[in-house]
Amino acid sequence: MTRTEIRAEPTRARSLSLRKGPRKGPPEPKAAKSRRRREALTGYLFLAPWFIGLAAITAGPLVASLYLSFTDYNLIGDANWVGLDNYERMFTDDPRYMKALRNTAVYVFVSVPLQLGFALGLALLLDRGVSGLPIYRSIYYLPSLLGGSVAIAILWRQIFGDDGIVNGFLGIFGVEGTSWIADPDTALGTLIILNVWTFGAPMVIFLAGLRQIPHSLYEAAGIDGANKLRQFRSITLPLLTPIIFFNLVLQLINAFQSFTQAFVVSGGKGGPADSTLFYTMYIYLKGFGPSLEMGYASAMAWVLVLIIATFTAINFGMSKYWVFYSDK
Amino acid sequence: MTNKTERNGTLLARTLAAAQRHRIITHLLLIGFGFIMLYPLLWMLSSALKPEELIFRETGLIPGEVTLDNFSEGWDALSHTFGHYFINSAIVTIGAVIGNLMACSLAAYAFARLEFPLKRLWFAVMLGSIMLPLHAVLVPQYVLFSELDWINTFWPLIIPKFLATDAFFIFLMVQFIRTLPKDLDEAARIDGAGHWRIFSRIIIPLSMPALATTAIFTFIWTWNDFLSQLIFLTNPDMFTAPVALRTFMDASGNSSWGPMFAMSLLSLGPIFGFFLAGQRYLIRGIATTGLR
Repeated sequence: MTRTEIRAEPTRARSLSLRKGPRKGPPEPKAAKSRRRREALTGYLFLAPWFIGLAAITAGPLVASLYLSFTDYNLIGDANWVGLDNYERMFTDDPRYMKALRNTAVYVFVSVPLQLGFALGLALLLDRGVSGLPIYRSIYYLPSLLGGSVAIAILWRQIFGDDGIVNGFLGIFGVEGTSWIADPDTALGTLIILNVWTFGAPMVIFLAGLRQIPHSLYEAAGIDGANKLRQFRSITLPLLTPIIFFNLVLQLINAFQSFTQAFVVSGGKGGPADSTLFYTMYIYLKGFGPSLEMGYASAMAWVLVLIIATFTAINFGMSKYWVFYSDK
Repeated sequence: MTNKTERNGTLLARTLAAAQRHRIITHLLLIGFGFIMLYPLLWMLSSALKPEELIFRETGLIPGEVTLDNFSEGWDALSHTFGHYFINSAIVTIGAVIGNLMACSLAAYAFARLEFPLKRLWFAVMLGSIMLPLHAVLVPQYVLFSELDWINTFWPLIIPKFLATDAFFIFLMVQFIRTLPKDLDEAARIDGAGHWRIFSRIIIPLSMPALATTAIFTFIWTWNDFLSQLIFLTNPDMFTAPVALRTFMDASGNSSWGPMFAMSLLSLGPIFGFFLAGQRYLIRGIATTGLR
């Protein structure tokens, strides 16, 4: 439908409604009620696919996995109720689980701040009226699109491998590097670098946020004699806090669920010495590995849900102390 | 007097020169950093075009000798050609795109334009489901799909999209539809149009930017997706490109990097294409959902 057609519509509509003549008496509650009921029915019809999906694909399975987490279900046998055994085993009798939890925590709390730091730094640099902004923005954004793929994980395996490019460069300076992905001390670091490499998406969000800050504020501050650093601290940063908050929540949730890169870089094992065993990978290995311990995997998955929910809640709870909404 | 203007002139010239220098430094920084960012990708491209034995001997980006051997060798490395895996990926991806476009726009219209009981509750449930980790529902989904005999078919990867399980896109479209003037709907309603007509004739044509963003992101995410394809497709006939790449890597270990890079590069091709074609929608998509 073209724009002119749309504009023409109201006039036609008005003439049509006029032709129907004046309405009879006061509005009939019965008619209004039936119209409302019809609209409700329509609403539920439009939502029907979503409701089926909610029941069968998301919320239903979520409840089912809660139930399974209290059983010893393994796909073949029956699901026997074992109470809190799975949860107890996780925290008292499974060092690999604790290792996976620790790895994931290190990964999340090191890579996310670094990633957001790069994103904000580049966004600030680009926001100062740099010519060619769209080109730079695209270059920095591209890795975010590719970073989650198996192909990039394969590339990473080579880059940080025994005779990869990192060691090639170090060789120029006469430094002999080891295989970064085969060394338990550095393997997790290579995955952190990979996540930092994908800072483009939060950077684009920061850039859009910086655009929203009225230029007049800086002019006023300039007249008042505030220098650049002061302007950044007193204008940019406070007005950007909602965006920082949004990015932080989003990237934390993403990082907790990271799977593909660690899986491919470690060849599906989480090695060396379990140093890249991520939480989600351990769920996969337990639930879909040879032992098919799906009950145990469900319990781990539910702890992950609780961890993510807790961090999101903490973030929202603390947001009132540092996030500044100018319209409130 | 002349002295003063002259001094002003040199001052102006000096500030201009300083600003110029500042700009050049900024550009050099941005270009240098961009080069570091892209270096791994460029290196992969260059390595895929080199004879195997040169990959580790040359650190430079310009191949000393160009060959397409890696591509032909990689193409036939597994039991099926990589063409087979790319077709599988394409089926899953296109199915997912169509599903998301249809189901998410229907749900979004209901949330944005219709009044019905418990609307706020369902909207909150929808928002909450965006944050739900896939891992939390994977086991029961697997049980369900194996009961339906859907393991090693594409249904587990496509049908959920037709049931609007990617709630993120519902949210994106709700935000977009809310910005459309309501007068249009009302005019059409007075004209006797039902909700289906308003949805299909007015809202959908006006929502093209949001639909494009949804299509592009669904394409990229599904094409890149690994975990669910790894779990639901175990038969090599059904492998998608990422699962096949992973099998290729496991089978060849640390040898045949050349063919592996060649196939990895091909698998990134469609994403790169969409990136070039749909940049505008991508950038706007993240920016608007980020800002709401």
